[in-house]
Parts: sequence; C-alpha cells; structure tokens
Amino acid sequence: MSAALRLVDLTVSYDRHPAVHHVSAEIPAAEMTAIVGPNGAGKSTLLKALLGLAPHIEGRIECSAKRIAYLPQQAEIDRSFPISVFDTVLLGRWSRFGGFAAAGRADIHDAQHAIESVGLAGFERRPIDTLSVGQFQRVLFARLLLQDADLVLLDEPFAAIDSKTVADLMVVIRRWQAEKRTVVAVLHDLDQVRRDFPNSLLLARELVAAGPTPGVLSAENLLRARAMAEAWDEHADACEAPMRLSA
Amino acid sequence: MLYEYLFQPFIEFGFMRRALVASLALAVGGSAIGVFLILRRMSLMGDALAHALLPGAALGFLLGGLSLPAMSLGGFLAGIATALVSGAIARFSNLREDASFAAAYLTALALGVLIVSLRGSAVDLMNILFGAILAVDDGALYLVVSTATLTLVGLAAIYRPLVVECFNPGFLAAMGVRGSVYHYLFLALAVLNMVAGFQALGTLMALGIVLLPAVAASFWAREVWSMTLIAAPMAFASAAVGLLVSFHAGLPSGPVIVLFASLFFMGSLLLGSRSSVRSRLSRPVHLRG
Repeated sequence: MSAALRLVDLTVSYDRHPAVHHVSAEIPAAEMTAIVGPNGAGKSTLLKALLGLAPHIEGRIECSAKRIAYLPQQAEIDRSFPISVFDTVLLGRWSRFGGFAAAGRADIHDAQHAIESVGLAGFERRPIDTLSVGQFQRVLFARLLLQDADLVLLDEPFAAIDSKTVADLMVVIRRWQAEKRTVVAVLHDLDQVRRDFPNSLLLARELVAAGPTPGVLSAENLLRARAMAEAWDEHADACEAPMRLSA
Repeated sequence: MLYEYLFQPFIEFGFMRRALVASLALAVGGSAIGVFLILRRMSLMGDALAHALLPGAALGFLLGGLSLPAMSLGGFLAGIATALVSGAIARFSNLREDASFAAAYLTALALGVLIVSLRGSAVDLMNILFGAILAVDDGALYLVVSTATLTLVGLAAIYRPLVVECFNPGFLAAMGVRGSVYHYLFLALAVLNMVAGFQALGTLMALGIVLLPAVAASFWAREVWSMTLIAAPMAFASAAVGLLVSFHAGLPSGPVIVLFASLFFMGSLLLGSRSSVRSRLSRPVHLRG
C-alpha cells in the first residue's frame, strides 16, 4: 500500500500558535481516510496546509497526487452571490480553461452529466441563493466531480446535511474510491467514520493516532484527544525541543 | 413643444451635448464597476475611495490650477495609494478593512479641503467637491470615454477570475491563482472611474452614478452580467433626464442626476422582481414545487 500523502514533522501555526503541531503520518493512496478530532484540533488547517494555503509551515508534506480537488466548508463561500448552478459546477474544469479561455464542448457536456449524477437535473439555471444547504452541497460535489482529481479533500462535507443527501453523496465518494482516487474527509460523525471510512487520523493539534479506524477511534484515544485539545496556553513558551509523537 | 423640451437643449448647446456623451460613457463603464462593488460588499469602501481622491486632486490643483490632467492624475494616484495603504493596514493589523478605509478617507478628505483652501476660493472647492458636468470640455470628454473603454475591456478580460474571487476565493487559491492580483486590478479600474466621474459629479457624488443603478439592478437581475446590462441604461437615463431637468429648472446638474439615479433605486426597491417590497407584499398563488 503506497502513501498518497506523507506528513513529516508538520507544524502549521497562526500567529506563532501551532494549530497543527509536529504531526507525522501517512495517508494511503486510493483509500478513504477520515480526519477526526475535536473542534480546534487543526483538521481544517491540515487540509489547507495540504493545499498550500496555510500561512506558515514547518516540516514537510510529500504529495504524490498530481491534481487535488478541495471541498471547503460552506461558510467560506458567499452563497448569496448571483451565479447559476451550471456556472458554479463548470468552474470545476478551471485547470482546463483557466481564467480566460472558453469552456470546451466536452467540458459543458461533462458539467451537465455531473449535475445529473448528483441528482440536480433541472436545476442548471437556478441561482445558487435559491438552493438549500443540502442542494448546494450537491452542487459543490458536482464541481469536485469535474475536477477529475486523484486526491480529493473534503472539509466537513456532511455538516448540517440530511441523511438522504449524505447517503447520495457517499455513493459519489465510494465511486471515487473505486476509481482509485484518494479521499480525505474531515468528519465529526464517528459512527459514520466507523461505518464508511476504513482509515482514520485522530488529531488534537498533535497526532493522537493514525491507521485502521477501529484501532484509532478507541475510547482511550478519543479521551486523550479531548484532553489535549482543551489544553490551550495563551502564553506558551517557544517550542524548542520538538517532541515526536509516534503514530 | 415636447420636442423643444427634450431635444432643443442638446441641439442648441455644445456643453449639453458633451455632458450627455460624458454621462453615457460614465453610465456604461461605471455601472459595471458598481455591480462588482456591491457584489464584493465594497459599496461604502468605494465611497471612501472616491473621497480619497480629493487630496490628490487638490495637490494637482495647487500645482496646476484648475487643470484637468493635473487634477485627474493627482486624484488617480491618491485613490490608488489609499486603496493600497488601507488594504495593507488591514492585512498587517487586526483592523477590519472597512475601518481602515474609513480612517484613510477621513484623513484624505480633511487634507484635501485644507490644501484647496490654501490657494483656491470657495467656488473652486465647490467645483471639486460637487463637480460641474456642464463644464466638461473636450479633454475631459476624452478622459471619460477612454476610461469607459478601458473599464469594459479590462472587466471583460478579468471577468471570470474576478467573479470567482468574489464568491469563492478559496477555490481560486486552490487553483493556484493569486486572487489579490484581480482585486487590485479591479480597484485600479474603480479608481479610474471615480477620477472620470469626479470632473462631472465631484468627489462627493462621483459614486452616485456608479453605485445607485447597480443597487437598483440587483432588485431585477439574477446574474452578474444581466445586472450590468440593466444598471447601465438606468444610469444613462438618470443622467439624461437629470441633465434636462437641471437645464430647464436651473438647478445644479450633479445632485439632480444622482437624485434621479436614486429614484431608480427606490422604484426598484418597491417594484423589483427579486426581494423587493412588491415581492414581499404580494404573495400570489404558490407553485406546486
């Protein structure tokens, strides 16, 4: 089993406070991996770091993926913006046409197909501000489909989403895995992680555990994660002797 | 009779014709800028930016008198400087961008009024603050028309990155595009339009013909391009009607034009097809699905 991503002693900080602290881990290729942990554990920050969007990084990220697709938390998108479902989805092909060229006929065809496969046929001309949270998440999944990435990063894909939509979107995610794409999702529903995600990475700023889900999500590990996340020191000293946590 | 009222002023007087052409150009370029200002939630920042032209225009006035090139160049540089400085302050401190814009423009306004009063009269100050569209000469006309051309070509060129930067900046960043480049290109175009508008409407109201039609259009249109298409005719209509009314009634043209633009705004607020008062009050039969 080869690694799609290898984190080597990764530290990401905001304003010198580390949000991700000395994390070393591997994320297996062509598998589904969940990132779990309490709020403020650095899960979203870790995804941003993988995308190269985090402000300050120490350590290393080795990534074998050529193309990365990213589903942001919905709060990062201005949903009142006047743009149609179709145009939003078509943006998934940005790497093909960039900021200036026209979209090709194949791109338009694929966008149509992606919209249908997330169950939104007939919604193409609708402005996105008329959609429900669940429908809009389907739009974003259609956009991910168009990105044709070998690594898909999902930040809380199922927050505030009903069970029918979750089930439909899980079908899409499983299809990605069947197509040998690597899927990494930040999730809060531990039952779902146990059910659907064979691998997990438990984070509480530092790595608590990584590997097959049943072992990672043990009661002991979860308790430790919670205790570590609650310890926040406003006046922490500089971290001079980097400690290494074994996974 | 109607013919005389509507067309005679433009046929008879060159300054009315120039004012009409200038307002057509301002309407076309400015309303597109206005639409993006609203979508970027920068309406008030745009206003602040327009006021910030003042010290630059005033310096131009101090050095070159009431000369269009000097005042325009000064205004443009001051506007760009304000945008860059307040953007930088917001980025390097915890001050929110609107607050740093407000701080910058208040400083600029005070500085500008002071500089004008060093040399000019109260009339000059009124001219700079409120503009004089009827005094638009050939030079100013060229400036306004080239600004409109550059604005349309420029916005068309950066349209897609700019739209994505507005509604999902994270996506653009994940695609490896530096959104801030387009943000600043847009700001430069916005400042350029305010410089063009300031000759006609003054620094205090230059944004009126830019912003009010765009706000009005947001009550009708569902997409960026259609908002722009609706805003531009409204802007031009307010300018044309405003010119006529101010001509016949002997009123100052700038405020009359802006007031007509605000009539469009209020009309759209009442009657528009999207989230207007009408659509709130009248709830016709609901649809089946």
